[in-house]
Amino acid sequence: MSASSTLLEPSAESGKRSKVMAKDTPRATAETMAAKQRDISVAEFFAKNRHLLGFDNPRKAVLTTVKEAVDNSLDACEEAGILPDITVVIEDLQPDRPASAKSSRYRITVVDNGPGIVRKQVENVFGRLLFGSKFHRLKMSRGQQGIGISAAGMYGLITTGKPMMIQTRPKSTLPAHHIELAMNTKTNRAEVTLDEETDDFPLKRLRDVTPGTRELSGQGLFLSQRDYPTGTSVSIELEGRYQKGRGSVDEFLELTAIANPHAKITLVPPSRESAVEEDDVPLLKAAKRTKGEVDEDPKADPRTLPDASLTQPAPTGPTVTTEVGGVLVYPRGVTELPPETKEIQPHPKGIELGTLLQMLKDYEASEKGGTLYKFLQEKFCRVSAQSASTFCEKIGATSRTKVSDIESPQAEKLFKEFQESKLPPPPTDCLAPIGVRQLLAGLLKGVRAEFYAASSREAEVYRGRPFQIEAAIAFGGELPADDSSRVIRFANRVPLLFQQSACSSFKAVAETTWRNYNLQQPRGSLPVGPLVIMIHMASVWVPFTSESKEAIADYDEIRKEMKLALMECGRKLGTYLRKRQKMQRESERRDIFERYIGEITKAVSAINGVDDKKLYDALLTQARKRTAIADLELDEDGKAIKDDEPLEDGVLIVEGAIPGGGGDTPPVAQTKAEAAMLKVLGSRDDEPGLMDVKPVKRGSGKESKSGRSTASTKGPEKSAKKPTEKPTEKLAKEPAREKVSASAPAAPAPKPRMRLVNGKAVPVDDAKLF
Amino acid sequence: MAKKPAETSKSTISKSVKERDKKTLGSIVDLADGVSKTALAMREPKFAIPMRTKSNTIWNKKRGILQMGDGTSERELFNLNQAKQFMQTCLHASSIKDLIAVEKTLSLRGMFYKGLHTVAGTKEKTFSDQDESDGILEDLEVSMGALREELHIFAKKKGTMIGNITIIDSGDEIDCRKMGSGGYSIPSIVEPDVMQFKKCDAKFVLHVEKDTVWGRFNEDKFWQKHNCILTEGGGQPSRGVRRLLQRLNTELGLPIYCLLDCDPWGHYIFSVIKQGSISLAFESQRLAIPDAKFIGVRSKDYKECKLSDDVQILLNDNDIKRAKEIAAYPWFEENRGWQKEIQGLLSNGFKMEVESLITKDISYVTEEYVPQRLKAKDWLD
Repeated sequence: MSASSTLLEPSAESGKRSKVMAKDTPRATAETMAAKQRDISVAEFFAKNRHLLGFDNPRKAVLTTVKEAVDNSLDACEEAGILPDITVVIEDLQPDRPASAKSSRYRITVVDNGPGIVRKQVENVFGRLLFGSKFHRLKMSRGQQGIGISAAGMYGLITTGKPMMIQTRPKSTLPAHHIELAMNTKTNRAEVTLDEETDDFPLKRLRDVTPGTRELSGQGLFLSQRDYPTGTSVSIELEGRYQKGRGSVDEFLELTAIANPHAKITLVPPSRESAVEEDDVPLLKAAKRTKGEVDEDPKADPRTLPDASLTQPAPTGPTVTTEVGGVLVYPRGVTELPPETKEIQPHPKGIELGTLLQMLKDYEASEKGGTLYKFLQEKFCRVSAQSASTFCEKIGATSRTKVSDIESPQAEKLFKEFQESKLPPPPTDCLAPIGVRQLLAGLLKGVRAEFYAASSREAEVYRGRPFQIEAAIAFGGELPADDSSRVIRFANRVPLLFQQSACSSFKAVAETTWRNYNLQQPRGSLPVGPLVIMIHMASVWVPFTSESKEAIADYDEIRKEMKLALMECGRKLGTYLRKRQKMQRESERRDIFERYIGEITKAVSAINGVDDKKLYDALLTQARKRTAIADLELDEDGKAIKDDEPLEDGVLIVEGAIPGGGGDTPPVAQTKAEAAMLKVLGSRDDEPGLMDVKPVKRGSGKESKSGRSTASTKGPEKSAKKPTEKPTEKLAKEPAREKVSASAPAAPAPKPRMRLVNGKAVPVDDAKLF
Repeated sequence: MAKKPAETSKSTISKSVKERDKKTLGSIVDLADGVSKTALAMREPKFAIPMRTKSNTIWNKKRGILQMGDGTSERELFNLNQAKQFMQTCLHASSIKDLIAVEKTLSLRGMFYKGLHTVAGTKEKTFSDQDESDGILEDLEVSMGALREELHIFAKKKGTMIGNITIIDSGDEIDCRKMGSGGYSIPSIVEPDVMQFKKCDAKFVLHVEKDTVWGRFNEDKFWQKHNCILTEGGGQPSRGVRRLLQRLNTELGLPIYCLLDCDPWGHYIFSVIKQGSISLAFESQRLAIPDAKFIGVRSKDYKECKLSDDVQILLNDNDIKRAKEIAAYPWFEENRGWQKEIQGLLSNGFKMEVESLITKDISYVTEEYVPQRLKAKDWLD
C-alpha cells in the first residue's frame, strides 16, 4: 500500500499539501520508505488474513484444522497404498469454563497410519506455507495449494502460543520422532523447539481421554500400535469452538466417511459443546437445514448421559455407524484403495493466453533452442505430431521454428487455433472416481435408508479439463419423510459443507424432475421425501466458485453430467418404488385371503362338521396359487415389505434399527451397514442393481456375539479380509439372488412355509388355529 | 325390554316352528356344504346372492307390488373386495345355527356382537360396525329364502300402535285401548305365531309419519271418536310396522290411511308401504299393502287450508331430483293423481310437514283436516 502511494506523491496537489504538513513533521522520503519496503512473508500475510484459509471464526477454525489434517492423512495413506485408519481426538483443555463461554481452548490431534514423514522433511511439511507437491500439477488430489496444515499450526500458535506437536514413525521397527514446531511468520520457516526420539506412538495418553476411549482401547480397538505401525500424529492447540450440527467436525467426518469408504475414521469429540451463539448463523445459513439434522443431541454428550453406549445417535438423518461412550467410529466399508491417479499435461483447450505465454517462456528457459513443434507435443496432452505441425502451419511457422522466435501476436493466434481445433478430449485415466460399488458402500455406512442407488458417469471435459460426475441416492428407512431431501456434495472426495445453493450440484438436483420417479417436488426446489442425494465431482482441477472451496462453479457441461447421473439414480428409485407398491399390493392380497381362511374353516366346520384341517389346507393351497407373485417376492424379501408399511403413514419405525437396549452392546457390533456391506461386496461392480437393506436387530445376545467376532477380526487389515470375503462369496454364488436380504443373521426367508400374521412371518402351525 | 322372545318362544313352540327351524337349518347346512365341497374339489368357493338392486327389481303391475328378479351376484372368497364379506357370511351362518340349536333369538345388534371377535393372528375385527353385520344378515335372508324371524333374529323396536283392538303378543293379551299416552310399541316380529288378533272393533287404520303427530292424535282421542287404530312408524316404517299394517289390512280387512309430509321423503314412505322397497323386494308379498291410501298432506292444501307463508320449506336441488325420480317410478308413472300431486309439489317449490297444519289450530289436523278428507274420500291411491 505504502509503495503505491509513494508513486503518486509527485502530483501537484498532493505535493502542495505535503509541503504544508512537512512543517510539522518530516515527511517520508523515497529513501526512508525504501528502508521499510521488504518482502512480505506469505506466512505473515496469512496470519493477518486468516479468513482466506477458513479460520474466520472460532468454530470454523476447529473444523478447518481437522479438515486439513484429515485431508493430508488420506492423501498420504493413498499415495503409500495403505488403507487409511484415522483417529481424530478433540480435547477440551478448559473443561471447567463457565457454561456461557463462547469458546474454549482445544487440543486437536489427528493420528493416521500413513507412511510417516522422514525426519528432515518434517519442518517443510508442517512449517512452511505454500510448500507442497500438489499446486503445480494437474492431478486429482484432495488438497491443492499446500497451505492447509501449516496454516492451522500457525493459527494455533497465534491464539495459544503453543507450538505444533508432531510424532511420526516412518519405519515400524524404529522409534518415532517427536518434534515440536513453532512457525516463524517472518521467515516463513518453522523453528524446532523440541526434537527427540520416542516409542510413544501412537500417544498412549490419548487412550485415557474419555470413558469411551478407555473402553475401546481396553478391547484393543483404539489407537493400538498394531493398527498404527507407521504413521503421523499432529497435535495443535487452538482457541476455538466445538459444536455439532451443520458445518461441524462431526458432519465433515461423517461425509468424509461416506466418500471414502476405504477409510476407517474414529472421532473422540470433546466432553462438552461450546455455548450456542448467535454469530454461528452465517455458518448455518450456508446450507439449508433439514429436520433430520441433530444440532444439539444431548445423547452425544457422554457427561450428561454416562451410559451413552446404550444410546444411539438420533434415528433420523444420516447417522454414524457406532458410538461407544461418545466415541464415534465410522468403520471401513471396502478394503480396496482407490486407484492411483496419473498426472496429466494441460489440454490445449483448457489454458488461458497468459498461461500459454508463461509456458512458452518457461520452455525457452529450460530447453535452449527448443522448437514450437516439440513444445506443443511435450507440454500438452493429446497433441500428436500431426496436429502439432498443423498448429505450426496455421500460425505461419514451421516445425523448425524455435519457441524463442514466436512473437506475441503469433502466440495469440496459436491460442485462438487451440480453441478452434478438433483435438481428442484429454485422457481420463487421471481420474479416480469413487465407483458405484464404493459409493453404495459409503452411503450404506453413513445413511440408514432402505433403498440405495448409485451411478457413475463417463468422464467428460470442461475447459479442457477432464472431470467425472458420480451420484448416489439413499431413500426411505430412517430418513425424515416430510422434509426436503438432503444434498451432500463432494469434490475429489472432500465434503463441501457450505454455500450449497451456490453450487452447481444443488442446481442440478433442483432441475431434475423427481416427480417422474414418484417423489414430490415443489417447483424449482429440492425433492421432498426421505431422500439423501450425493454428488461427487472428480477432476484434476475442480472449479470452485471461490478460494474457500465451498461450491462448484456452474459450468453447463458439469451441470448436464450431474443431471444425467441423478436421472439414472432416479429411474432406479422409481422402478423400485413401483415394484415395492406392486409387491405390497400382492402381499396384502395374500394376507387378506390367508387371514380369513382360518375363520371360514372354523365356521363352516361348525355348521356341517367337515374336517377342518383338510378344508383349511385346501383353501390355503388355492390362496397360494392365486397370489403366486406375492409368494415369489415374499421368499426373497417379502417380510421386508411388510416392515416398510409404516412408511406409508409417515411413521419411521424400522424394527431393529433402534437398539434392543442390551447393556452388553459390543463396541463395534455388527450393524445394519456392516451386514449390508457384505451384500455390496457380493454384488458386481458393473451392476449396481437395486438394493434394499433391512435392519438387523441389535443387542440380543446371539447376534451380538456374531457381531463381536466380525468386529474383532477386523483389527489388523490383512486378517480382516478373509472373514469378510467368505460370506461375500456365498452371497454372490446364490443364483438369481441380486436382492439377497441383508439381514443375514436375522434369518431371511426360511424354507418351511411361512404365513404372514399381522405383518410377521410365522411358521404355519395348524394346531394353533383350531 | 318389554318383550322376552327367548323365554316365550319356548313356551309357544309349536309344530310349525320346529318345522320352520328344520328348514332353516337345512339351508344353512346346504350353504356350508357348498363351501366345503367346492373347496375340497379345489374349486373356488362362492355364494350366489340374489341382487338387491333396482335393476333386479320387477314391478308386478298385476299384484301392485315390487318383486325381486332372478339376478344373482357371486360372492367369492378369492376376490379382494369380497373375501371379508365371504368370511362374515360364514360366521353369521354359523351363529344362526347356534341360535336355532338353543332356541333363542337375537337382535341385529346382538348378532353383530355374537359374530364379533378378532381374526386369529391379526388385530382386525371380524365386523367393523353393525351396518356390515346387518347387510350380511339381509344377504343370508335373501340367499336362503328365509325370513329374519326364521333366522331367529329380530330388529330394534320401532313404531307405536293404539286403538280399538286387542291382540295377543307372545301369549300376553294386550288391550290397545288402554295403552296410556305412550301406546303399544310394535315389536320387530309380528308373525302369526308371535302375535294374534283377538278382538277388533276398529274400522280403519290411520298411519302417521312421526310420533309427534301421533301424540297429537292420541291426546285428542281421535281413535276413540272415529273408531280406528292409530299407528306411527318413526319415519320410514320398519319391517315390523309394515308387516303389522299388512296383516291388519289383509286379515282384518281394515283400510290403511297414511298421513305423511308433503315432500319427496313422505311420498317415498308411502311408496314403500304400498308397493314395497327395492332392498326388501323379496319380502314384498308379506309387507306391501297395494291397498294403502295417501290422505295428506297434499300440495293443494297450502291453498285449500289457507296456510300461512311461514310453513313453506323450500325445495332444494336434491328434493327436486328425488321428486322427479319418484314421479318416474312405474307404479306412480301411470297414476294420474300422483303425477299431478308431484307436479303440484314441484310447482309450489316448497315442502310442508304435517305439523304445518298446527298453524291453523292445535287440533285442526285431528278435528277438521283428517275427518274432512275421510268423509270426502279425498285421498290418493
